[in-house]
Amino acid sequence: MTAEQSIFLFIGFVILFSGYMMVTRSNLVHAALFLVVALFGVAVIFVLLDAGFLAVVQVLVYIGAIAILMIFAVMLTRGNATEEQESMNAGFGWAMLLSALFAFALIVMLGQWPDIGAMTPALDAGRNTIEELGSALVSPDGYVIPFEVASVLLLAALIGALVVARPQKGGK
Amino acid sequence: MSFWQDPIGVIGEWIHGLLASFLPEAWATFLYTVVSVVVVASFGLIIVIFLIWLERKVAARFQDRLGPNRAGPYGLLQTFADIVKLITKEDVIPEKADWLPFNIAPILSVVAVLLIWAVVPFAPGWIGTDLNVGVLYIAAVGSFGILSILMAGWSSNNKYALLGAFRAVAQLISYEVPMLITLMVPVLLARSMGLMEMVQDQDVWFIVLAPVSGLIFMVSSIAEIGRTPFDLLEAESEIVAGYHTEYTGMKFGLFFAAEFLHAFTVGVLFAILFLGGWRGPGAEEFRVLGVVYLMLKGLLGYFIVMWVRSTLPRIRIDHMLAFNWKFLTPVSLALLILTAVVEKMFEGNSWRIPALLIGNAAVLILSYLILRSQSRRVARQRVTFRKRPEAKPA
Repeated sequence: MTAEQSIFLFIGFVILFSGYMMVTRSNLVHAALFLVVALFGVAVIFVLLDAGFLAVVQVLVYIGAIAILMIFAVMLTRGNATEEQESMNAGFGWAMLLSALFAFALIVMLGQWPDIGAMTPALDAGRNTIEELGSALVSPDGYVIPFEVASVLLLAALIGALVVARPQKGGK
Repeated sequence: MSFWQDPIGVIGEWIHGLLASFLPEAWATFLYTVVSVVVVASFGLIIVIFLIWLERKVAARFQDRLGPNRAGPYGLLQTFADIVKLITKEDVIPEKADWLPFNIAPILSVVAVLLIWAVVPFAPGWIGTDLNVGVLYIAAVGSFGILSILMAGWSSNNKYALLGAFRAVAQLISYEVPMLITLMVPVLLARSMGLMEMVQDQDVWFIVLAPVSGLIFMVSSIAEIGRTPFDLLEAESEIVAGYHTEYTGMKFGLFFAAEFLHAFTVGVLFAILFLGGWRGPGAEEFRVLGVVYLMLKGLLGYFIVMWVRSTLPRIRIDHMLAFNWKFLTPVSLALLILTAVVEKMFEGNSWRIPALLIGNAAVLILSYLILRSQSRRVARQRVTFRKRPEAKPA
């Protein structure tokens, strides 16, 4: 077993364990912290795959956002660190049924896909993937329209948040 | 390559050879990487000991004092005495604290800063890992620092600590916006996000090409490390200190060390992004010189942080937010657009440097004019002066 394989196995175990812990914790902040561990593990997997950009973005977007999620968790539990909340509600059975169905459908579909076991050839070492990604995002033959649509969507969300947060005229 | 030109490279090859002599090749490389990580991390941690002494000495000089001068020559051993004191102190954990996050938080705060050193180019070829997304990486590992503050504040099970953590996170997230936007300016100039390439591209230091961006980076970095004038997070003379209220002994010391190391790291990043990193006469030949240049430039940045700290009073919270959102963020956005346009217009042209300089000056003058027109309006609003009824004899 090489060093890389043992790191992969270890990280895979960590991701699965913290994912399980995340859904079973009754304390919201603990759940958020386990989510951080799981997402960081995914970033490590990206590093093992030589996808440095994806790994960094994973940390930047998800772990950066978790800080805000934690603030919400604390606010929802009224800042009481010892407060335990019921982690299941009445819809538990339905959710389990639906996710089991979905997982089954996924397994069947992926099983029928002929290329599932195929290995994609490795990129040659000298290639600057981030540069290619950048120019693909803004070139007319590439993804410029989805990119621009996403930017407009984000801008709309930004303006929407501003409108919602603004005190209304006349004052309440 | 002889020993004197590249001592670390020669020693590294020797260690790698030694490991490979009794281990399979893959594991030798793995162990060698672990050893390099330990070396870089220890370098950061050891330099903190010196930095604390330096900061106390310099702050003392600013305040017309002598500073530590009892333990060792020039008080150099003072920090060691402090460390011994911190380690031997009683370690108090609040009864209702959340044990695991409470103990991980101080470690995470140091790790968040040490992670930045992984992409710092010390000299040509001496870099932890030459990521092609180095700048993005620096921004990403910063989120661990924010996380550690929240963990510390929440797990202490103390309302003041929790409020302090929220306060700190609010400031850090706000000031991350102008900092990240200005980080894009050196990226545009160097056409790379890798820090090594960025240094190699600085035939002209970027502080010349983008002086205002450098200034904004410095200001928002000082806010990120929460130092005076942005230390209203832990204004010890006015409010309860903040997220580390419940921490004692070396755990508090770790937060403290993280702050010092972060301040110096900011200086080093400023040196890499704007002052040409390890570049200097003879640095290509003798790599140790490159490290010396980088450290000197980093200390210059650190000295500016200390200088500002000793000179300016604390800023008020509404001023802090207004300064960020109404001044730093718009100016940094304007500079980013300006740099992108000018870089494209004068690509490979000898007018590139003057055009960038003039553009920077124009942005600065324009924002000054806008600020001045605003400040006049504010000055006219009198808040306290009111004509009071005169006392008359009955």
